[in-house]
Amino acid sequence: MVNKIFPSFSEAVHDIPDQAVIMMDGFGGAGGMPQHLILALRDHGAQNLTVISNTGGLAGFGSIAGQLSITHSTLIESRQVRKVICSFPVSRSPSNPNHLEIAYQRGEVDVEVVPQGTLAERIRAGGAGIVAFYTPTGVGTYVANGKEVRNFDGREYLMEYALVADYAFIRASRADHFGNLVYRGTSRSFNQLMAAAAKITIVEVDDIVPLGYLDPELIATPGLYVDRVVKRQSYG
Amino acid sequence: MVKSRLDRETIAMRVAKELAHGDYVNLGIGIPTLVSQFIPEGRKVFYHSESGVLHYGPMAVDGDEDVDLINAGGQFLASVPGMTYFNAADAFGMIRGGYIDVSVLGGFQVSEFGDLANWILPSRGTGNIGGAMDLSVGAKRIIVAMEHIDNEGAPKVVRKCSFPITGQGCVDLIVTDVAVIEVTPSGLLLKQVAPGWTVDDVQKITEPALRIDSEVTEITL
Repeated sequence: MVNKIFPSFSEAVHDIPDQAVIMMDGFGGAGGMPQHLILALRDHGAQNLTVISNTGGLAGFGSIAGQLSITHSTLIESRQVRKVICSFPVSRSPSNPNHLEIAYQRGEVDVEVVPQGTLAERIRAGGAGIVAFYTPTGVGTYVANGKEVRNFDGREYLMEYALVADYAFIRASRADHFGNLVYRGTSRSFNQLMAAAAKITIVEVDDIVPLGYLDPELIATPGLYVDRVVKRQSYG
Repeated sequence: MVKSRLDRETIAMRVAKELAHGDYVNLGIGIPTLVSQFIPEGRKVFYHSESGVLHYGPMAVDGDEDVDLINAGGQFLASVPGMTYFNAADAFGMIRGGYIDVSVLGGFQVSEFGDLANWILPSRGTGNIGGAMDLSVGAKRIIVAMEHIDNEGAPKVVRKCSFPITGQGCVDLIVTDVAVIEVTPSGLLLKQVAPGWTVDDVQKITEPALRIDSEVTEITL
């Protein structure tokens, strides 16, 4: 498809089936969060989803009071999520649990906790056609349980598998009609990796600009990774 | 003499003395975050964050926060000249690739072999690994900043971590509210004590036997 622009968030998520695996959340703050896609998926109602994300959805994290601050907690609260693969699942304080921790304690959601750098590399590998890799991270810890440990040049490494998804929800700053994307600041983080690691990549942007307006030197995600682009406006 | 404990800011001030001109440094959440306030004028330290930013300066002032400019703790950063952004795979490539000179982390427990436990309280069932496991294997030097005992009075410097560990044998220096302890191949070496504290006072609230540096001094800032 040459023109990847979709008219609404609801149309962009209309075909997501139950049990889909979806990547989302940037670093976890409001800036990199595909907030309108998350709301559209809540309204669409697909169930038993697996979410691959950096955090488990932390209300208020990296967000400014009074501004829109939707996280994927919304999908946990609406009981659409069966499993979360992430590095930072719970709030910092046990006395103030997030929705994921409450759902986890009730046995409603499975949580796979992954070191953040391993999570990033698993997603990067998934997008780049690498099936697995060896990393020194996690040797001798809980995350090594059940994994192959291999010695290279006298040091131990864990084998980790790549991650891929059915869909990625991406928050970028600007796009053009070919789906080329630029990000802003620290909102690039996991978004750039996730954009490459899903069968269908859906992007939420502030602006869609004519071809030629994005500096090719600064395009972080070339359009071949991108399937659908929706411009942010008032949700409804 | 009255035994005083260093408060969180003072622990951070002591850690700041360990950072050298030109170092690339990653500061964890909690006491470590405070360290950047105490770097003296003229000493240039470059901060790296897992959120995908290198060379950040002060926090953003009220009213000037930008949701696209945060550190790993979700705090808003001010934009400064020379700043650079990158994706999460690159942020951790820098860590595992050995480009970070010093990582300052918080801790639940540190063992006499330098094992660190800081990601999960077993009673909670799950916890946040975040970037700590990658930092523990990748940074050239790991400094743990923490209180010497926990809320129940139990030592946090232990023979063997009872909590699930973050990294094996990774800690180089422990800075607490009462002592500075170096992890060496032959055990823990007590280097400094807080004002009013004796070597015996520190040993009493430390589980493994401490080796005593020939020149134990009072902690200075």
